Amino acid sequence: MTTPTLLPDGDPQAGGLRHGRPKYLEVRDLTVAFDGFVAVDKVNLSVTQGDLRFLIGPNGAGKTTIIDAITGLVPATGSVNHTGTEILGRKVHKIARLGVGRTFQTASVFENLSVLQNLDIAAGTRRKAKELLRRRKGMDPAVQEALEIIGLDKAADKQAGTLAHGQKQWLEIGMLLVQNSDVLLLDEPIAGMSQDERDETGQLLRRIAASRITLVIEHDMDFVREFATSVTVLAAGKVLSEGSVAQVQADKKVQDVYLGTAGMEGH
Amino acid sequence: MSTFLQSRWGVLTGFAVGAVLLLVLAPTGLSVFNLALLGKFICFAIVAVGIGLAWGRGGMLTLGQGVFFGLGAYIMAMHLKLADAFLFGGSGVPDFMSLYGSGEVPGWWEPFRSPVVTLIAVVLVPGLVALVLGLAVFKRRVKGAYFAILSQALAAAFAVFLIGQQATTGGSNGLSGFRSFFGFDLKDPSNKLMLYSIAAVVLLLAVGTSRQLMNSRFGELLIAVRDQEERVRFLGYDPATIKTVAYVIAAVMAGIAGALFVPIVGIISPADVGVIPSIAFLIGVAIGGRATLLGPVLGALSVAIAQASLSSTFPSFWVYFQGLLFVLVIGFMPGGLASLPGLVSRLRRHRAEQHPTEQRKTEPAPPRPILAPESAPPATATEVPEEASR
Repeated sequence: MTTPTLLPDGDPQAGGLRHGRPKYLEVRDLTVAFDGFVAVDKVNLSVTQGDLRFLIGPNGAGKTTIIDAITGLVPATGSVNHTGTEILGRKVHKIARLGVGRTFQTASVFENLSVLQNLDIAAGTRRKAKELLRRRKGMDPAVQEALEIIGLDKAADKQAGTLAHGQKQWLEIGMLLVQNSDVLLLDEPIAGMSQDERDETGQLLRRIAASRITLVIEHDMDFVREFATSVTVLAAGKVLSEGSVAQVQADKKVQDVYLGTAGMEGH
Repeated sequence: MSTFLQSRWGVLTGFAVGAVLLLVLAPTGLSVFNLALLGKFICFAIVAVGIGLAWGRGGMLTLGQGVFFGLGAYIMAMHLKLADAFLFGGSGVPDFMSLYGSGEVPGWWEPFRSPVVTLIAVVLVPGLVALVLGLAVFKRRVKGAYFAILSQALAAAFAVFLIGQQATTGGSNGLSGFRSFFGFDLKDPSNKLMLYSIAAVVLLLAVGTSRQLMNSRFGELLIAVRDQEERVRFLGYDPATIKTVAYVIAAVMAGIAGALFVPIVGIISPADVGVIPSIAFLIGVAIGGRATLLGPVLGALSVAIAQASLSSTFPSFWVYFQGLLFVLVIGFMPGGLASLPGLVSRLRRHRAEQHPTEQRKTEPAPPRPILAPESAPPATATEVPEEASR
């Protein structure tokens, strides 16, 4: 077995890969209603492999609900197509097995297990029963590489519950890498992080995004400006605007929505 | 010390010590009566090993293990009754059936005439029932208190069912008066020793199995499911399958324990399989430390021994004491007695931090605590939902 390569060459770019047949995630007419309240209203969204897309919008715009719908957590209508496979309506764990991974706003790692165990579990969905009943020996090469990518190789045996807040988020991203997800849905990965941790997270996203379909929910406009290759703006459950950061910022509709809020011009 | 206990040699030494205690010292030191008593407690301890796995590691509060214990026990008891009737009665019909019933052996008893079928059924029937039940319950995401209530209701229903079947299961009297065990005379002390030894070996095997499972990748996954069931789903696992596996293993252990209980104790009745014994199985596990390997075994053994010695002195007092102990342990020491060493050392460290000594002050500043103070999550934070769709 050759050494696994979780890291792609190059950087993500707007519009994604321009050669070959890139993977894609295509959301069509996605609608989520809770007891008559329409949280997500006929959203169309398309992200190509190699694009680092940010999903922004005021509170209550339906950003997290979109991710919840894509990952099967809330029932939705419409269509979510992952490179030719319809994933809407499938069970959560089946969607995950189709390569759609996500993180949560509050990092949710297995606190009673070590960093290594966390990654090993994430890497093991395809293990056979016989392998499961054996003790874990050595380290999966992919896990080793992920530990280095997320900068936790020194903390492999630490209990995940004792990690700093930022490290937990990185561990979650590491879990997505070894899980072999080609769709990464990250829900406010830098919330609550220090400035240094934010920068590191941004660099991390840049490094991993070139070969993946990445969708990041974020509030921090400085962060979006620095790291996004493309942006989708959501308001009241609808897509308001889409394009590069500059295009979106110049959009009159977006300015109207953000008028009076601290959003677009940074904090 | 803890590293030695976790090393391969430490484990082997531990098993050797356990084997010597159970298989050499206990038989030489105890009277025939007390040895049989210990054999009975060992049966409870085997159930406890399974509960430790399902509850301690898997988070399933199995309040109905009496069902699986009872299935194994009644299957064995039916075989012993049939064998006795064949050996001593000649007619092949167990005594109580001619007394209360039609004097005919019901069809569903017949397979258990065969010793081989009986031994297979003791493992298979509890396992299959747990499999069907587990899949039905866990796939529907029934968990927590609802699962506990459901399993307890099942134990109650099982006992009621048995009581109602006077003619075929002996009703509330249960099945008793066994004279032989696969051809061996049950009155013979050396055969009693053999039965005890089988139980002791099975206990050691159960602990060995449980250790292997706890240390395997499956064991790690089981903890992950216990702590964050919904998160595991997003990694591509179906938690229901993982939980069902642990539940089935616990059920099989309970079934085997029940089958051993019957020849050792000489009786099985609805009073041994209903709600109260099902809860009693849990108490030892909780007191010993449910998430540890040996906590359930030691807890179950000590509670059973305490019950045997205390309940003869204070017959009515024991039940209250048992209940109180359960409440205290669950309320104040959820890790059970096994968590005591850790608790003490944490307390000591805490005290040392509050009263720093002169020597500590001269040391360089301690590194930043690993657990950096987290900024409070935003009010809109979405956590991994506990109940996903319902």
